[in-house]
Amino acid sequence: MTPDPALIRDLRAALGEDAVLLSPEACAPFECDALTAHRHRPEVVVLPRSVEQVMEVLRACRRHSTPVVARGAGTGLSGGALPVAGGVLLVLARLDRILEVDPVRRLARVQPGVTNLEISIAAAPHGLYYAPDPSSQVACTIGGNVAENSGGVHCLKHGLTVHNLLELRVATIEGEWLTVGAPIGEAPGLPLIALLTGSEGMLGVVVEVTVRLKTVPERVELLTAAFDDVRRCADAVGRVIASGIVPAGLEMMDAPAIRAAEAFARCGYPLDAEALLLCELDGLAHDVESELRAAESLLRACGATTVRIAADAAERLRMWSGRKSAFPAVGRLAPDYFCMDGTIPRRSLADVLEGIARLSREAGLPVANVFHAGDGNLHPLILFDAGRSGEVERAELLGAQILELCVAAGGTVTGEHGVGVEKLGPMCSQFGPDELEAFHAVKRAFDPEGLLNPGKAVPTLARCADYGAMRVHGGKLPFSHLPRF
Amino acid sequence: MDRDCTNELAGQARDATARRAPLRIVGGDTKGFLGRPVAGEPLEVDSHRGVLRHDPAELVITARAGTPLAEVEACLAAHGQRLAFEPPHYGAGATLGGAVACGLAGPARAWSGPLRDYVLGVRVLTGDGRVLRFGGEVMKNVAGYDVARLLAGSFGVLGVLLEVSLKVLPRPPGERTLALELDEAAALHRLAELGQGALPLSAGSWWDGRLYLRFDGSEATLDDVARRVGGEVVTGSTRMWASLREQTHPFFEGREALWRCTVPPLAPPLALGTATLLEWNGLQRWYRCVADAPVFAVAAAAGGHATLFRHAPDGAEVFAPLDAPLLRLHRQLKHVFDPAGTLNPGRMYAEL
Repeated sequence: MTPDPALIRDLRAALGEDAVLLSPEACAPFECDALTAHRHRPEVVVLPRSVEQVMEVLRACRRHSTPVVARGAGTGLSGGALPVAGGVLLVLARLDRILEVDPVRRLARVQPGVTNLEISIAAAPHGLYYAPDPSSQVACTIGGNVAENSGGVHCLKHGLTVHNLLELRVATIEGEWLTVGAPIGEAPGLPLIALLTGSEGMLGVVVEVTVRLKTVPERVELLTAAFDDVRRCADAVGRVIASGIVPAGLEMMDAPAIRAAEAFARCGYPLDAEALLLCELDGLAHDVESELRAAESLLRACGATTVRIAADAAERLRMWSGRKSAFPAVGRLAPDYFCMDGTIPRRSLADVLEGIARLSREAGLPVANVFHAGDGNLHPLILFDAGRSGEVERAELLGAQILELCVAAGGTVTGEHGVGVEKLGPMCSQFGPDELEAFHAVKRAFDPEGLLNPGKAVPTLARCADYGAMRVHGGKLPFSHLPRF
Repeated sequence: MDRDCTNELAGQARDATARRAPLRIVGGDTKGFLGRPVAGEPLEVDSHRGVLRHDPAELVITARAGTPLAEVEACLAAHGQRLAFEPPHYGAGATLGGAVACGLAGPARAWSGPLRDYVLGVRVLTGDGRVLRFGGEVMKNVAGYDVARLLAGSFGVLGVLLEVSLKVLPRPPGERTLALELDEAAALHRLAELGQGALPLSAGSWWDGRLYLRFDGSEATLDDVARRVGGEVVTGSTRMWASLREQTHPFFEGREALWRCTVPPLAPPLALGTATLLEWNGLQRWYRCVADAPVFAVAAAAGGHATLFRHAPDGAEVFAPLDAPLLRLHRQLKHVFDPAGTLNPGRMYAEL
């Protein structure tokens, strides 16, 4: 599709020649985000240098009724930043300034292209940090974190992105500026900041983010507990939390993940364990000390074969290095993998893990599990070889079945990676037509022409009808009353 | 006692929408004073009640909106848990739905975060009788727009809450309140200074020349805190914090207009020339002064905003005004969930 010459003229006039990319070679690096199975080379890529230029891009797109997709660093795992055919790709990476770090008000005001980790680095001299820590935090941008409501390993105690935001400045496709929230954390009117967070670039483009900073904890301790049985490990998760301890992180790995991580990171994981639990405690020294003793005896009572307390910060970081490199480590076991992101009530952990193992055997595709057990947020990694005919489809089908299992357990198809294009189908098993129609109506309230990141995050009812026709679940066809297209 | 009244409530909403008759949503009728007055037939939600699920290991409770807040809290307390944002009741009949719709939080707010941070999912009745479910009962959920949190503090203008799932937390192992003799400006500085450190502050308040500070933690931690902070230990502090949360403290007596200002914690004392009570870390400040005092403007100039919380005269605006693009979006969102304008019209703003 050739871009509209009048649109290109307007974009060049607003941004300058060098900030508007048109050649296939220049546009190719932007053809996908970290969900590489879906690609589309954008026809136009724009790289604004100021928030005013962002607004000019939106106004030009609206004038020419052209779709526009915002993108940060492209680390998203669900295809949220996948370019749209005939649209403009709006890259916010050049808006990368930290505007303010205020240790007294304990906040940082930054542009959307600042990376997650840069905020904590800028806050560190004041003994402060930005809590949400997605595993891509070296590269992922805060703008993308807001769009996806990103999580990380410390969410149970320290919250998701939405819990750590104070104010957003947003450009609308209507060409207006919105300020939602406030630096003091309260603003009059409806809490639109919550609605915009996690809206995957469908409602507006975030051009400035004010985040809450937290005090670096006085003491941090890590327990590593090995189990010879997955169910015992899964049950220990619930018992730790029911005991009144809120761990800063509570992460679980199954045998394939443990072996892959150990082979990759040489961090000292027990290779004979069937499951491993990493339990991090943080806070004031006295409190952490008493929680540490309580957690240790509780994990032993839950049947842990070994419980190890990291002797020092170096050992703690080494134990974490295995967990944090688990995705690339598992990735070495097969040419390709899909990372799923379902979240379930913790009481169903053992049952759902067994269900995943059964589905994996039936599909003939291995699955490794490494996940945020404290949040009930699973990350089954489905291993496959895209080079083998039909295997991508089988892996996608297995992924959909796993997500349906999560929904059936009372959970959700995505805990922290977003819907993007990847989970449009599974969304149909989580929501009914009335909710989906309400989502579309919310989008129209912000974007009547449907120009912002169209086709993402919320499936059309027609798509759900097709999805339902393909996937009869529990003998019941979802959307059976809808016409088939 | 426990009853599911979804069908009756949906029928009433559909009927009212068909007749173009506005509805005034009522739970325990303990927070009716807050917001602009609504002229409408009452839609009574208090019979729709019952705790549906509470598994202590999940840190989640799900209950029907008409469930008494006291029942929810008792259910949590039996397992050593609580609502960390300490919602005000303002009366014995307070319901869970009313608490969430008003979005208020008590003394812990500056450290616990606002009520909406704890909302995980809702079932909601729209103005035209649709029953929708958003969010869920899990800690992390980014499927679909976050309509559940949008409803926290929405005063019923978008929908009638039917069920709410909230994140809950363990009670702290102990708490201690210390009092220091300080004037208002010095108290604000002390609060800011304490905010910089890692001390487990969980409530703060100042009035009549005394700063009260509450800390959470183990005995060893609390002893440590007492050594570092100084001041005198306050006995009967649980009752004192409850009197602030419930506004039964003498400061809140009388019929004079009660203004709530939320301003940056370090903003200097607001020049309203009247009695003041500070809460949280200095962010929430209460004033007793005439309803037509320029409080909206004074709070805005200090970098915050004001609410005419109690005893507003007829026709007064209660919430700080919104700018035009924001107000337009509010109206468009109202139209999504309540197309005929049936639910609590005018409770927040005349146009909503």
